[in-house]
Amino acid sequence: MTDSILNSVLLLAGLGTLAALILYLVSKRFYVFDDPMIGRVEELLPAANCAGCGSPGCRAFAEKLVKSEDISDLFCPVGGNEVMKLVAEALGKEVVEKDPTVAVVRCQGSCEVRPKTTVYQGPRTCAISALIYSGETDCQYGCLGDGDCVAACKFDAMYMDEATGLPVVITDKCTSCGMCVEACPRDIIEMRPKKKRDLKIYVGCLNEEKGGIAKRACSVACIGCSKCLDVCPKEAIVIENNLAYIDPAYCTLCRKCVPVCPTHSIIETNFPPRKEKNPVADTLAGDQGVKSGSDA
Amino acid sequence: MLRTFPKGGIHPPENKLTSGRPIRRLPLPKEVYVPVSQHIGIPAEIVVDRKDKVQRGQVIAKSGGFVSSNIHAPVSGTVTKLDKIIDTRGYKKQCIVIRTDPRDPSNLEEANYPLIDEITTEPSEILERISQSGIVGLGGATFPSHVKLHLREGQHLDCLIINGVECEPYLTADHRLMLEKGPEILVGIRILMHALGVPRAIIGIENNKRDAIAIFGELTRGNPDIRVAALQVKYPQGGEKQLVRALLNREVPKNGLPLDVGVVVHNVGTIFAIYQAVQHNRPLTERVVTVTGKRLANPSNFWVRIGTPVADLIAAAGGLPEGTRKIVSGGPMMGKALKSTDVPVTKGTSGILIIPEDEASRGEPAACIRCGECVSVCPMGLEPHLLMNLTEKSMFKRAAAEDILTCIECGSCSYVCPSHRPLLDYIRFGKSITKQLEPKNPAP
Repeated sequence: MTDSILNSVLLLAGLGTLAALILYLVSKRFYVFDDPMIGRVEELLPAANCAGCGSPGCRAFAEKLVKSEDISDLFCPVGGNEVMKLVAEALGKEVVEKDPTVAVVRCQGSCEVRPKTTVYQGPRTCAISALIYSGETDCQYGCLGDGDCVAACKFDAMYMDEATGLPVVITDKCTSCGMCVEACPRDIIEMRPKKKRDLKIYVGCLNEEKGGIAKRACSVACIGCSKCLDVCPKEAIVIENNLAYIDPAYCTLCRKCVPVCPTHSIIETNFPPRKEKNPVADTLAGDQGVKSGSDA
Repeated sequence: MLRTFPKGGIHPPENKLTSGRPIRRLPLPKEVYVPVSQHIGIPAEIVVDRKDKVQRGQVIAKSGGFVSSNIHAPVSGTVTKLDKIIDTRGYKKQCIVIRTDPRDPSNLEEANYPLIDEITTEPSEILERISQSGIVGLGGATFPSHVKLHLREGQHLDCLIINGVECEPYLTADHRLMLEKGPEILVGIRILMHALGVPRAIIGIENNKRDAIAIFGELTRGNPDIRVAALQVKYPQGGEKQLVRALLNREVPKNGLPLDVGVVVHNVGTIFAIYQAVQHNRPLTERVVTVTGKRLANPSNFWVRIGTPVADLIAAAGGLPEGTRKIVSGGPMMGKALKSTDVPVTKGTSGILIIPEDEASRGEPAACIRCGECVSVCPMGLEPHLLMNLTEKSMFKRAAAEDILTCIECGSCSYVCPSHRPLLDYIRFGKSITKQLEPKNPAP
């Protein structure tokens, strides 16, 4: 009786020791050096795994940060300058401060201003409908309204406005990871600098048709009339293919271009209401106020 | 038992409303809109300018490379604009606008060109003329024909197949052409056999066109080299790979061409265009288009100049009927719904189909019930339900491994799906992404 108890205890103890020995030897033989720095940097990163930095995830980005000599061209859009500063401190490297950006939707073609001319019955994703045809309206450049950008956003920073049929960016939540920009088959979403108080002025249209055709398809289309070009004091506006573009690098947010636009296709956000002395500009600012509200 | 391809296939209602209607000549359009990209491959380069006077058959856009094609003026008149016009997908594409000169004799002259039976042209000259005349596959794929005739070293041809299948429901353009231009098509076949040095040719015709089978049976009597084969009616038999399998029992390799098994396939419309180009030196400026629909007052087959707006065709067929919901360019299976009737007829337009309200809806998609219907009808032996799911989940590498790129987009899977799932829509999207992932010529 005691023999069998003793035997089994000894056998198990022997087996355990043998297994421990094998494990020890294997772990020594196949030891992989893992830079502890990578783990520390990863902890600093926001763990969103959004790929906005260009790496497949935060771990991969941390590895890249640790391994690169010069990290000035690497940037985590979600963490922003604060996180990059912490990373730089931890690694003892230099980073360049970048202006924060935010996604903007450059189309105002709501159901009211851009009438539907055809009925689409296929799958409701922008990627497929863009492949099959040019959309339910006569504008082949504008938003298809199937919400691929909203589906791509991992931060709940976008939603489809049911009244307009267009996506809306919640700027406070937007981390500018760029997933929506990639998801949009029409390149409607652009990353623009988020200046102080999130003031932005941009052209809300991408229609390259001649003025008349563009206007017929959508009443708030840019017709390429170049009135904004004439009033811009900083030469921040370029007109190419009947379409104006405001270069954020030169724009000083003076707002002179907004009231002169005959089709209201220039959008301003988060500006205070205009002063009383110019009644024309004031009514226009009132128009735009709706957009500012929905954008914020 | 008639021959057909063994794998998959469906038999939708034929609805060949216009098979008894002779091809009429459409009145000359006031203006034609000629797109520069009417074929697969590189768009042609415009060689005319505004206000230029052009003669019918004159080259107005030159072939932009090997896989490309010349484009000729379909009417005599004046170039008024180099503009953009929407294509079948609704996107604007470059085109040449020509205003027809109604007094120009070459526009009116539609004299019956007498049949020229004797072939005097040298083989190299024939191939040159085909490539100069802007001839592309008129069955709908619009692949430049001269590319198919260009044999590479080591390639051996032993059979020419003439595609008179016209398996799409509703369409009768090829059927009528076979009935009315039989002798010309036969000369066209002999021209190609002479040019390629192929010993034999088979004309494949589905058994719902018995009159055409009879005509060609009569024409080829006493000629053992050219044979007519009646085929069981089954869609998509007009696909090259299906037709080769049905007629010769040869399997075209997965990523290969019929040439790999010693066969070249041409549509009857293309053969007629080749006849005209070689025997009469007339380039491709017009084609047969079926304008059809159940509610249409006067469904017809027309000889149409390339570039004629679709609106003109519908007007000539009795105008747009009440309650029309969809206008499709091509057949009901593979055609594309048009956004506007301003779209011009191109070399690939085989039909215009007017679909009324009650037949236009696609049905609400529901969950896959895993019945396997799509798998059993797929003529390429694929699993459409799987390919759709893989595309939905962005698993494109796996989709490529499941041969998504061999899909011929015939739409049989979407047609039979009891849950109305948009299978082909997703597969087409998956293909477009997978194509970008793969290198141009994957290693065998």
